[in-house]
Amino acid sequence: MEALKQELKEKIIAVLNLEDITPADIANDAPLFGEGLSLDSIDALELIVLLDKDYGIKLTDPKEGKAIFQSIDTMADYVTTHRTK
Amino acid sequence: MGKTFINGIGCVSAQDTVNGFPSEFIIDPSTNYLEIVKPDYKDYFSPIASRRMAKGVKNGIVASTVAMKEAGNESPDAIITGTGMGCIEDSDKFLKAIIDNKEEFLTPTSFIQSTHNTVASTIAINLGCKAYNFTYVNGAVSFESALYDAKLQLDADEAHSVLIGGVEEMTEYTKSLFKLAGFIKPDDSGPHNILEADTKATVFSEGATFFMLEDERKDSTYAEILDVEIVNKLTPEEAAEHAEAFIRRNNLTLHEIDAVVLGYNGDSEFDGYFKAVAKNFDFAPQMYYKHVSGEYNTASAFGLYVGANILKSQQIPSDLKANDESRPAYRNMLLYNQYRGLDHSFTLISV
Repeated sequence: MEALKQELKEKIIAVLNLEDITPADIANDAPLFGEGLSLDSIDALELIVLLDKDYGIKLTDPKEGKAIFQSIDTMADYVTTHRTK
Repeated sequence: MGKTFINGIGCVSAQDTVNGFPSEFIIDPSTNYLEIVKPDYKDYFSPIASRRMAKGVKNGIVASTVAMKEAGNESPDAIITGTGMGCIEDSDKFLKAIIDNKEEFLTPTSFIQSTHNTVASTIAINLGCKAYNFTYVNGAVSFESALYDAKLQLDADEAHSVLIGGVEEMTEYTKSLFKLAGFIKPDDSGPHNILEADTKATVFSEGATFFMLEDERKDSTYAEILDVEIVNKLTPEEAAEHAEAFIRRNNLTLHEIDAVVLGYNGDSEFDGYFKAVAKNFDFAPQMYYKHVSGEYNTASAFGLYVGANILKSQQIPSDLKANDESRPAYRNMLLYNQYRGLDHSFTLISV
């Protein structure tokens, strides 16, 4: 699970082009949206595509994203239980 | 009828221009591409804010911020930009993603940011400016189109201040295509003499130059824009005639032109245009700038940056002199540019 969390942080930094932010700067339980990294709705779309492309997870209901993308912890939990690749 | 004054300028280019007009220029005749001197972007926006910005957007934000700050005006009545190729970096990314992912998994950011009006709209969003916002995409007269629009609005009293700019960015892929097309000189073919070109194609670059235009003179005023004209296609002889007619139409004689700024770009195939126009002004100091800025669709905005600074300082840097003429004072200046025989622009500025 820790390896997956690290992987997710690296992918998020790369996909969202978060310059000057390292995986160590992102706490596992820190909020990704609003506070913390201050991500927004366009970032959410990028993360939905990331889940689909890299883990084979298709989010059909965008409302699900709110809970899934709450933090690295919640993302990692969801990916672990729903990934198809 | 209102007047048009340049009251603030910001420039990101292959020179150290962010902090003011350089006293010395970086000149490297050996290269076919001039890399820009990157500003310290963190001074202008946070890393989080810049995460979706390609370099053209970043440079445009920096240049526009500097121009507005210098003019002491961050509430323009209009924002108008010109760009020949637009946000090519995000266009490249989006198209590459389509191919690489077999038309699946398309992400929104590069698509959203790939439109030509991204720079003007990002400036407006950052300022909270809901005024007129327009982007001209007219090849090598994209910047002059923006300038023309701004001048019309200021002349007609529809605006009191207009932020205008020319922005261009280059990517490795586009660079490779330009080399294939013969627009950029071949690798390792230098040194390149921009003023006395003996080979085809040009030395390329990218950049962003913004001007705060206002209808009143200030302490920060560089120059007044008297007139601008755009012509799509001319022969070299017609370009020379056109320059004369343009000056006369502004109630000036040729000998009242104290300096001429020409867009020589080292392309032997089309240098005849600049030589034809220059011939009628052999009595006047002549300048060139693309050996320090490189060629790009809105390089003429860098030319205006050079011209405006010379009028303000009344000094011509030796690196930019195309002949040995000089004047005790520089009052009226003609700027002429064209690219590959098309997109001719004539701009007249005065102190």
